[in-house]
Amino acid sequence: MAKPIQSIERAAAVLRLLGGAGRPLALAELAAALDLPRPTAHGIVRTLCDEDLAGQDPSTGRYHLGDGLTRLGSAWDRHDLRSRAMNWADALAATTGCAVFLGVPEDRGVGLVHHVFRPDGTPQRLRTNAVQPLHATAWGLCLLAFAPVAARPPQEMERYTRRTVTTAAALADVLAETRRRGWAADAGGYEPDVGRVAVPVRSGGGLTVAALGIGAPLEELFGPGGRVRPDPLAALTSAAGEIAASLEAER
Amino acid sequence: MSGAVAQGERVVAAIDQGTTSTRCLLFTHSGRMVAVAQREHRQHYPRPGLVEHDALEIWRNVRRVVPAALRRAGLEPSNVVALGIANQRETTVVWNRHTGIPLARAITWQDTRTDAIVERLVSDGQTGLYAGISGLGPATYFAGPRLQWLLDHVPGAREGALSGDVVFGTIETWLIWQLTGGPDGGRHVTDVTNASRTMLMDLRTLQWSDELLTALRVPRRMLPEIRSNSEVYGHCTGVLDGVPVAGALGDQQAALVGQTCFAPGEAKCTYGTGGFLLKNTGSRIAGSEDGLIPTVGYLFGDDPVYALEGSIAMTGSLVQWFRDALGMISTAAQIETLAMTVPDNGGCYVVPAFSGLYAPRWHPDARGVIVGLTSYIHRGHLARAVLEATAWQTREVLDAMNRDSGLPVTRLKVDGGMTANHLLMQFVADVLDVPVERPLGSEAVSLGAAYAAGLAVGYWPDPEVLRRNWHRAAAWEPDMDPRLRRSEHENWGRAVDRSFGWARPGS
Repeated sequence: MAKPIQSIERAAAVLRLLGGAGRPLALAELAAALDLPRPTAHGIVRTLCDEDLAGQDPSTGRYHLGDGLTRLGSAWDRHDLRSRAMNWADALAATTGCAVFLGVPEDRGVGLVHHVFRPDGTPQRLRTNAVQPLHATAWGLCLLAFAPVAARPPQEMERYTRRTVTTAAALADVLAETRRRGWAADAGGYEPDVGRVAVPVRSGGGLTVAALGIGAPLEELFGPGGRVRPDPLAALTSAAGEIAASLEAER
Repeated sequence: MSGAVAQGERVVAAIDQGTTSTRCLLFTHSGRMVAVAQREHRQHYPRPGLVEHDALEIWRNVRRVVPAALRRAGLEPSNVVALGIANQRETTVVWNRHTGIPLARAITWQDTRTDAIVERLVSDGQTGLYAGISGLGPATYFAGPRLQWLLDHVPGAREGALSGDVVFGTIETWLIWQLTGGPDGGRHVTDVTNASRTMLMDLRTLQWSDELLTALRVPRRMLPEIRSNSEVYGHCTGVLDGVPVAGALGDQQAALVGQTCFAPGEAKCTYGTGGFLLKNTGSRIAGSEDGLIPTVGYLFGDDPVYALEGSIAMTGSLVQWFRDALGMISTAAQIETLAMTVPDNGGCYVVPAFSGLYAPRWHPDARGVIVGLTSYIHRGHLARAVLEATAWQTREVLDAMNRDSGLPVTRLKVDGGMTANHLLMQFVADVLDVPVERPLGSEAVSLGAAYAAGLAVGYWPDPEVLRRNWHRAAAWEPDMDPRLRRSEHENWGRAVDRSFGWARPGS
């Protein structure tokens, strides 16, 4: 086995300290906790800051975990994702008769990476690159539930329809239910007559990198009593599995 | 890849015999692909400019991918109602009809060994003869000069051809002959679209031209019979035993059919390593001005539908160059990410005249240029300029097509790998000023072969029914200020001007 690299071990220890402290730490505290000379500790934490894995509060000079950590799980280039997913997304649209969307976490929303029209000949507009609200769409809820580091719940939850989830408590319930059953749904939470269902697309290590979703007129996806129809859900789950496998295979 | 398919479902099989691989795809009545299997074959490069394939290896791959696709779909040969073939065009095979053994490796469409033959045809003033009858001016692309080269250079080829022992075929001919029995009664036929790329067929009569056969010294005896694109050529023996072989088209014409461009003025562009734009011209043979090629679109029944073809040498291959030679990106898809880091090209243009400029400009002495460099330009601008080059080249071919009389193109159907790039497709729509549409399922080539075969056996009643299988998966509407379009077009034109005359004779 290769010899462990000391500087990486120390860097990992710094990250654990910063993550476990619950408050920003001063350089002296880091050096003391790791039993390192201050210049060594400084070199490590500065490098982590350069990599965006740590950050420094400009007023106090204390260190905390960096924003780069939240992006570690979504390292897939969005256009690579689209090109890997494209054939499966087409097949999903063909089998379900629904529009297909692929969404990734983005600042304050879910960024649509790919969109396949509902194959019914109706006029539709390509939504690629649009950013939609996390709390109101199935793909947003899916990311909130399965990629909680990359997708953070919004502070303000705007109401789009009477079915939009707008309180933190209601959102927590929806996310718990989503995690339990493994898929997310909005029965008209963003647009009144459009239903959506989404499942996570996971890459290596089980990290959720995207949400794969289908959208259709409400009554086509949701049966009586608001239950999701089983056939499209099965097709969706299977397509997400195929996309995940293609991410694994070709990485 | 495989999709759910009902037990006992009847499907059409398509063989897509391409430059690098052979694939078998199965399609349902709604045009949905339910399985695909693929095998690559070896590229032989004996010398610079020479590219050969082993026709027996390709035939062996066909016998492997067909059962593999059936297995993936959980189907039996008895589920297959017909088999269609789409193939790399202009690749030339000669073989012994008693043994089924090729006399030499197949000479592929990229192979330029016939440049001396072609130059002689041009300098002898024979361009008009070939263009007038076959629609094709002499060029190294086409199969006829390749066949002449084989007859003149392969020992025993000409004698065998004259005695009836050695026969010629493009790839679909070779595969149909093998599939239907080979030495034991294999059918020796070609289809009008492949025959139209030989420089040997009369584009009006759709028969071999004695005049051109004489001019290229090709014995008529060795040629396959020219048939329509959709009819039962024979039945398979061995692999898919008893299944009718009922459709064959060159790959680009197959995509025209797969995209259901059945009305005059309808056009498709397939974006792969190169780009191929074909416009349906109906019963009319278009003029060949501007280097566009009049060709047979397809023949279903008695009346041929013609097409006008324009090709773009470098589209996807320019992105590959940007990735592999410049190392700017690590995957082709990431060019879109890089291009989206900037709002525009920053005044930078890339003209990919790597081996001269083809239709509609025809400057063999042009070489690639990057113009408009300033210290402001970074990788993102170059990425945009690379993508924009594909769009402007499409515009030049489309403009040339619209100068041809007949219906102008009012929307463009696209397929091929580059349609995954939404930024590019939007830019194509912007500079063409027509909507660009992508169908559900990117397998237009194979689907076209399946359609031809399915029509022949009545699986589908008529082409119009197939239109219902075409579903719009995405559409890009033009959204560019006309003044900006004009000024960018002008800039592109000025950049192209700067590529002219760079290569010196003999270099």
